[in-house]
Amino acid sequence: MRLIRYSRPETWGWTPTEQLSQLREEIDRLFDAPFADISRMGEFFNGWAPPLDLTEDKDNLIATMEIPGLSKEHLDVTVHEGVLSISGERSESKQDENAQAHRRERVYGRFHRSISLPKPVNSDSIKAMYRDGILTVTMPKTEEAKPRQIAVSVG
Amino acid sequence: MNIASKPETARTPARSEEHYVVPSVDITETKDEFVLEADMPGVTKNTLEVLLEGSELTIVGRRPAPKTREYLHRESNPAAFRRSFVLDPMIDAGRVTAQIDNGVLCVRLPKAEEIKPRRISVTD
Repeated sequence: MRLIRYSRPETWGWTPTEQLSQLREEIDRLFDAPFADISRMGEFFNGWAPPLDLTEDKDNLIATMEIPGLSKEHLDVTVHEGVLSISGERSESKQDENAQAHRRERVYGRFHRSISLPKPVNSDSIKAMYRDGILTVTMPKTEEAKPRQIAVSVG
Repeated sequence: MNIASKPETARTPARSEEHYVVPSVDITETKDEFVLEADMPGVTKNTLEVLLEGSELTIVGRRPAPKTREYLHRESNPAAFRRSFVLDPMIDAGRVTAQIDNGVLCVRLPKAEEIKPRRISVTD
């Protein structure tokens, strides 16, 4: 899996050069692994692939995902064999039957994302929290995966 | 008769100062009001600004500064959200309300009373 920087098409923070190199990377990726990374490929054609970040600190791997407007019941988080999977569904808010849509840019429906965790985690003590439209999954690293300070003894 | 999204070029001066992300919005109209919903994950009531100047509505949402952790994989853009709209003249600016819930901003823009269709009784 290649890690590329994802940005929404309407983001205009990037310079044209960055956009071009990004396009090149996307094209490279298409030829690189047309079927290996099918979950991300879906984003090109349809569906909803909310942005996912993975960070780490000394003790934890922390995944965050921007998924505004969900309810907790519609979220499913699993860690299995070193892969974190997050899926969920956003349904349209109930509207008046006579309501007329002028603009419809927000995405509804199901999404599913998974990411391989680069370090082993203790799957019994994973915590997931959803707040302000952001899901945060905190996964404690196993003891073996944590950095260890080695005392140097003077011989 | 609509709420028009202001083209980005209309605010070139701001562009050089700060980068923004344009939030996705839904706009619906009912008999009594327009409803604008915008996806602004990470924005809270305290970091949200809804500005109404004349017929221009601007929404700005800031996100908490990312914690200094090491990124292993990054897709999110930490820039603040910003978008402007030109409102329909029939909107009653005095009664506009906004709330944010789970990262979704909802702005209700009621139509002025005199604009609503009214049945006129016919007298003899």
